[in-house]
Formats: sequence, C-alpha cells, structure tokens
Amino acid sequence: MITLEEEVKIEFGRGSWNNGVDVKDFVRRNITPYYGDASFLKGPTQKTKYLWQLCLKAMKEEREKGGCRAIDTHTISGINSHGPGYINEALEVIVGLQTDELLKRAMKPFGGLRVVEGAVAERGMEVDQAVKDVFQYTKDHNSAVFAAYDAEIRQYRSKGVLTGLPDNYARGRIIGDYRRLALYGADYLINAKEADKAAIDGALDEHKIRLREEVTDQIIALKEIKKMGAGYGLELGRPAANAREAVQWVYMAYLAAVKEQDGAAMSLGNVSSFLDIFIEKDLLEGKIDEAEAQELIDQFVMKLRMVRHLRPGAYDEIFGGDPAWVTEAIGGQFEDGRTKVTKTSFRFLQTLYNLGPSPEPNLTVLWSQQLPEGFKNFCTQVSIDTSSIQYENDDLMREVRGSDDYGIACCVSYQEIGKRIQFFGARANLPKTLLMALNGGREEMSGEQVLQDIAPLEGDVLDYQEVMRNFRQAMTQVARVYSKTMNIIHYMHDRYYYEKAQFAFIDTDPGIDMAYGAAGISIIADSLSAIKYAKVRPVRNAEGLTVDFQIEGDYPKYGNDDDRVDVIAKKIARFFFRELARHKCYKNAVPTMSLLTITSNVMYGKKTGTTPDGRKAGEAFAPGANPMHGRDTHGAIASMNSVAKLDYRDSRDGISNTFSIVPKSLGSNPQDQVENLTALLDGYFSKKAQHLNVNVLNRETLLDAYHHPENYPQLTIRVSGYAVNFIRLSKAHQLEVIARTFHERM
Amino acid sequence: MIQNGLLIPQESGHLNEGERLRIHSIETFGTHDGPGIRMVVFVQGCQFRCLYCANPDTMDVTGGKFTGLEEIVKRAVDQKPYFGKSGGVTVSGGEPLLQRRILKQLFIKLHAEGINTALDSNGRLIDQQTKDLLEETDLLLLDVKHFNNDWHRKLTGLSNVNTFKVAKHREESGKPMWLRYVLVPGWSDQEDYLHQLGCYFGGFKTIRKVEILPYHQLGVHKWEALGMDYKLKGVGPPSEEILNKSAAIFREYFEEVQVN
Repeated sequence: MITLEEEVKIEFGRGSWNNGVDVKDFVRRNITPYYGDASFLKGPTQKTKYLWQLCLKAMKEEREKGGCRAIDTHTISGINSHGPGYINEALEVIVGLQTDELLKRAMKPFGGLRVVEGAVAERGMEVDQAVKDVFQYTKDHNSAVFAAYDAEIRQYRSKGVLTGLPDNYARGRIIGDYRRLALYGADYLINAKEADKAAIDGALDEHKIRLREEVTDQIIALKEIKKMGAGYGLELGRPAANAREAVQWVYMAYLAAVKEQDGAAMSLGNVSSFLDIFIEKDLLEGKIDEAEAQELIDQFVMKLRMVRHLRPGAYDEIFGGDPAWVTEAIGGQFEDGRTKVTKTSFRFLQTLYNLGPSPEPNLTVLWSQQLPEGFKNFCTQVSIDTSSIQYENDDLMREVRGSDDYGIACCVSYQEIGKRIQFFGARANLPKTLLMALNGGREEMSGEQVLQDIAPLEGDVLDYQEVMRNFRQAMTQVARVYSKTMNIIHYMHDRYYYEKAQFAFIDTDPGIDMAYGAAGISIIADSLSAIKYAKVRPVRNAEGLTVDFQIEGDYPKYGNDDDRVDVIAKKIARFFFRELARHKCYKNAVPTMSLLTITSNVMYGKKTGTTPDGRKAGEAFAPGANPMHGRDTHGAIASMNSVAKLDYRDSRDGISNTFSIVPKSLGSNPQDQVENLTALLDGYFSKKAQHLNVNVLNRETLLDAYHHPENYPQLTIRVSGYAVNFIRLSKAHQLEVIARTFHERM
Repeated sequence: MIQNGLLIPQESGHLNEGERLRIHSIETFGTHDGPGIRMVVFVQGCQFRCLYCANPDTMDVTGGKFTGLEEIVKRAVDQKPYFGKSGGVTVSGGEPLLQRRILKQLFIKLHAEGINTALDSNGRLIDQQTKDLLEETDLLLLDVKHFNNDWHRKLTGLSNVNTFKVAKHREESGKPMWLRYVLVPGWSDQEDYLHQLGCYFGGFKTIRKVEILPYHQLGVHKWEALGMDYKLKGVGPPSEEILNKSAAIFREYFEEVQVN
C-alpha cells in the first residue's frame, strides 16, 4: 500500500534499450496508450500566454521589416556560435534560441556563400569580410557541386527540366533521433560512437575512411552540444531526469541541428509519445499537473515556431513564406497492434488552440484505421478549426516500409528514425519532358536542343503510340541526367557541409534513400488522355516548334475516378520511377520518388509552355498529385479516388494531395462535420492513398485575407505537404490557392 | 418548350429506356442529402416547376444522359469505404419517382452490395411501382413543398395530394423518413400552415427528423442560362428570426428539427 506520505516512484520497464541505443524499444515498453477523448486538455498558463504575446509582437516586427527582423552578419552559425538567448528567461520553462535574440537570423554559408550574400544584400546589409575570407581557404557545397557538373546537367538545370535541386543551399531532410539525448545523455552517446569508430578497422577502403572521419565529426558535435547546454545551465551529459528535462534535452538536440544547418526541411521526427512517457511518470509521481504538462508542450512548440533560417527572397517566393518544415509525426500504431496515441499526442494538437493556428511545426497525423475514435475525432475537429494538420497513411507506410518508428522528412516522406536517412532531390518537370518529346527533343520555350535522338512528330494530329514512344525515350534521358546530378550533389554535401549534429543522433553508417521527385503528373495524365481519346492538333510556329494545341472532342480527365485516364497517371509514374531506379546511387542509396511540388507548382507553371491538355503556357500546375483545378467535376471522393490509384510502391517518397473544402460542405452541423471528415479519411486511406492535406476554409475568408492581410496574422493553410502562413505567400500564389478546387455544393 | 418563362409540363415516357437511368450528374461527396457521407445521384426530369428550384437544369425529361446501372453501382462500390457507419447512396433530382421502375433495380443491386439507400423525392407519383421502390428505400427524404394545396400549386404548378399519399404509405410501411421543407419568405413561412403541417405529421411514427432548407438564390444564373424567368427575384433568404421562429414551431411537433 502506498500511503500519502510515501513518495511514488515509477521505474521504467527495462529491455534492450538498457544495453545499447534503442529508443524504439524504450517507447514500446513504457508507453501509456490513450483511448479517451480531449476533455482532459488544459488551456495555456499565464507564463505561456505572456511569452506568446512577445513572440507575436516580434513576428509582427518581422513582417513589417519585409520578413526578416535582424541578421547577424559577422558570425558563421554553429552549435556554439551564439551564446544563450531568451524570450523572457524568468517565464521560460523550455529555453534555447538559435541566436542571442528572438528571430535574429544567422548565416550558414557552407551550403552556398552566394545565397547567403544575396539574402544579406537584399536586406541592405553586407556579409562581414572576415566571413568571406574563410572561403579563400575552403569551399562551400555550392561551388563544389558546380565544379563537378557537366554541360548536360547545367543545361537541364537552366532550362528547368530539373528544378529546386539542393545544389546551392543545404539539402536538409535528415532527421536526427533527438530523443536519444534525453534518454541516454551525451556522454553515453559519445562512448557509443567511440566504440563504433573503433570497430571500423581492417583494410580501410574509401567507405571506411570516410566513415571514420564522419563519426569523429559526430563526436565533436556531441561534445559541442554538451557545451551549448552548459551555457543554459543544463547538464546534457547525463540522461533527462524528469519531464521538463526530457522536453528540454530533445529541444537542445534539435536546436543544435538548426544552429548548424539550414536545410530545406529540418524535421523533428516523432517525439510526442516518447515525451509522454516522462510526462506520465511525473504526473503519476505527483510532480506536475496537467496544466504544467501542457505548458511544457506549449513552450516547446513555441520555440519550434520561432526557428528561422536566412533565406533570399527568391527562396521565399518559391516555397511560399518562410518554411522550416519542423515536421512532427503524431499517432500511428505499433506493429503489435497497440496504438502509439498518448495524451501528449493530444497535447501537441492542443497547441493549435493554446497558441493559435500555425504552419510550424508541421503537425502530421499518422492515420490508421485502428486509431482510437477519440483521437480521430479530435484530429478532424482541429483540422476543421485550424486547417493546420496533414494526414498520412500509417497502415500503408508501416506495411510497405517496414518500421513503426518513423517520422516524416520534409513534407510527406516516410523516414525511419535514427536508422536510415534520405538524400533530398527536388524534382523533374514531367510536362516539360513531354513537350520536349513532342518537339524532337527541343525545349518548348527556347527551342534549344536538350534531348538527343528524339524523332520529330510531323502529323496534323498527335498519335498516341508515337507520342508515348517519344515520351518514354525522353523520360529515360531525363532519368539518366537526374541520377548523375543527384550523385554529385550528395557527394559534395557530405564533403563540404556534413550534418554532424544530426548524424550524431543516427546509427553509424545508416541506410539511405535517394529521394527523386516528379512534378505535373495530372497534366501528363490529362494530356495523354486527350491525345488518346480526343483529337489533339499541334499548332507549330515557323521553326516547327509546337506552341499550342487544338483539342477536338471530350476526353476523360484525371480526378473523376475514371480508370481510362487514372491508369495513364499510374503507368507513367511507374515508368519514370523504374527508369530512375536503373541508375546506381552514391553510397548505394536506394531510389525512391515523390509526386510532390511543394509550392513550386506556380513557378513550374510559369516556366512551362502550353500542354496538350489545354493548359496554357504560364498557368500553374496542380499541386502535388492533385487533379488540375476545376477538372474534377464529380465531387471530392471521385477526386481522391483518382489520386489513391497512384501506387505508393512506385512513389515511396510520397504522393501529396491537398483537399480544400468549405465547412458547410463537410456537413450541416459541427458534429456531422467531424464525423464526415473522419469517415472521409478512413475511406481515403483504406484505398491505400498516402497523404492528405486538409483545409477547411471559406473562399471568402481567403479573399478577405488577400485584401486585408493585417487582419489575418495567423491564418494558416495547407499546401503541398506542409502548411504556410497565408498572408506570407506572394500575391500570385494567394490567387492560385483561391482559384483551386474548393469542394462545395449548392 | 418554354411558355410564360417556364418549361411546359412533360410526359415522363422519355425516361424509360431499358436498364439505364437518365441522370443529370453524380456528386461523390454528398453531406446534405441523408446521413453520413453519401454518393448522390441527381436524376434528370421533374414535373414540378418550383419557382425557387436551385437545379432547374434537371427539370427537362429529355436532358441529361443515360447511364447504365452497372456503372452507377461500380462507382458506389468504389466509394463504399467512405460511407462509414451511416452513409450510402441517395437518389435525388430531378424527381426520382419518374424513373421508379429502374430505380428499384438500382436499389436492389446496391442492397446486394450492402449499401444503404435513400430517396429524395417530392412524392409526385404513387402507384404499385412507387410502393415497390419504397420497399427498397432505407430512408425516404420527402420534400413537402407546402401544406396548403393552393399555395403548393402556386409554388410548384401541381397539387400536393400525392405527396401526402406517399407519406401515408410510408407511415404504414413502418420504414423511416425525414421531412424536408424549403422555407421561402412570404411563400412557405406562414405560421398557420407550419402549425397545420406539424399537426398533421406530428403523429407520424416513422418521421425521424425534419430538415428546414433555407431558400437561397444560388441557382438563379441557371434559370437565365436556360432562358426561363426566375419569378422570385425580389425574395431574399429567410432572416435568422424567420428561421428560428419556423424551427420553433416545428419543434412543438417533432423531436428532431434541423436547419440546414
């Protein structure tokens, strides 16, 4: 019997995690699944509220200063480049900023000095000469990549066949298992890495030599992280001793990553249910109450919302605002059938009420048919209220990818935590590839010869078989050039901008996925469908270059659950992936592919000529794998079923779909809306679809925000694979979002 | 043919062609025509000429396109995982009873696939074929346009006698139905008639819910496109006050009343 005076002391269940680094085992043994509803949740504490007001004020100043509040132009950012920074030290239960001041941005020039110089110059400032001088003696990733590029790659890049490549900025996408710092402490991890290093012996080939150097860098990083912690009075050498420390330790590990790297996406992983174990222990031991538990998560999330990187304006234009992709995966099921949902899964979603809607962190619910009903309905309620969540198919990814301990890299991409990594590869422009196939290999805007040995098409009407023959040849060539480009990029990134702080929390010598991507699948499906089922006449200019198309008759359009066209999309995705997979990858990475555009669907559109589906030159692509705007005429489910037919096995890096609906169309009362959205997600994912962004918004709200941005500082919408602050999108992009299919019915 | 700004009354013979249904369109994510997520099949052809009709393009019995039952059933089966516990297929229109023989076949096929069926009808026709169809209908959404026959004729061009017969038959069958009532200010919001409707239907045991559909003008552009006159141009949607008052009246007689 436990008496009131006796101190309750919970011991963690022991297992293989006690004999080596194995966070997954720790979570599995100690988790407390939660099957209830959201009624236990608490609002923000006074401390949290006041701190958030300070953050909102700082963000307002940031917007008023053109999107950048301050820059340190003297210091190269690193784990210990800047001393401790606080919002208001007395009120912070979780501490740590990237620099010494809230929203002050730091330079990370090893991805590409030129990009940093440009970003600083745009703000009327200049990079300190001492920083520039560093590069008299060493290289950045950017110049190293271009030293190895050949003429072909340069041409593909400049013509926009391959775009968004991480060749002048950091690649990101790598996810450290930041939980390790909390569970083991830095000292234990250093010892483990030392042992790994000692075991890399025997005949030293290039692989082993590189590995020894990498592990040494990781150990240096761990020691630096200890030092960074000491600045805040934290003993990061040892494991976290309570809930507050667990949250703090995880954040410190992540903070080191975002001080050292400004990769395109810097995901957090899947920390919520891990942290729940520590919180649950403190709650049971009576050390904290629910309000304090929520305060820890609110303040952690607040810090994640304040992560900033120094980006040039052009970057913001492509990606829509200022994303950091702090992606946190929540929920899902264990392989043994239990749920991974805990009260802290709820607490993370609750931050969208306590602090208001926000694009960051990029909250991603791993949806399983088996998730507890209470959690499912809370998720859809939060979606309806905030439009800030995306959903991914946990049942599908667990089955195909093989682990239940994973996060989401960047936007939509499965990533086993601490065991594997991925090399980010942006994407190839498939509609442009099709247009080159129709033009004897010439690029449609410039007329320049890009592809070789493509037979010119001369007939009055496009012949499906001839087009397909040429298109396959074109895709084969693009895949070849794409592959060698990726190998160069990642070889150089490893050499010149190795992510030592992140790899310190990943197994030594992890498996790697090579994450290729393709844009414009819906345009391809509709174009080929038009050529097959209608008559498409090319209109050629004096140089014989196709500049327009005349379509006679109707044709089935992608987005209506019509197999005739949906199968075309599926087959092309498969063909292109298989072409990519034929090429050997650097570090023996395993090829994967995404059907994803991020927000660059607008930019792709600008740079791509008129396509045979009737899309005019310059018009935006649909985002991700979405059907083209206005062509899905049978309602939301028909549209979703078309996307669901794309095979995840061909696009294991993710198939993005963005769904926008007006609240009224979800159901006539709030309860129906929640139930219908839950049923919709169950239905979509039972079809083996992979990803869905959910926006529940009135078009009028967006129009009003377009005209009066000052009234909507926190309006958040989901775009391809992540969320953005609507008012920080460019005006062109805002209009594109407003023009998209909003599922509504009179 | 259009006379006095309205499509003239048509025979429904055009609608019978083998095992095919003349449909206007399919909405796969229906959330306002019965419970849960529903695939809504809008059939073509209606003999009512409701002045406020939001889908006047479904009136013409010679319009739309013939669609095989197999295609509709395949779509419904493809969509079945979305239906959850309460969803299914709703046939709306147009007026489904004009194609009651073939619809019965459709509902039998849907039931064979374990799919719930709902029929959204104005109760225009009542004969053995209607009764046969209602046997296969899990939920009837009966649109009562007006309680008073004179007002009903003014609003729709036809009598409401059959609508009441259909309601009575449904009540006798013991199977569930919802009443739907479009509230048009000055046309169908008279308190007296709302009470009369409540008195009449309040004793029905099969009525599970009453839905008030506030009149809106979102279909006006379709009338213009069809070359017809929209005669309710000066009428706005009902105010909150009218909606609340009408709902309160219905609540005196029915357990569940919802304003859509």
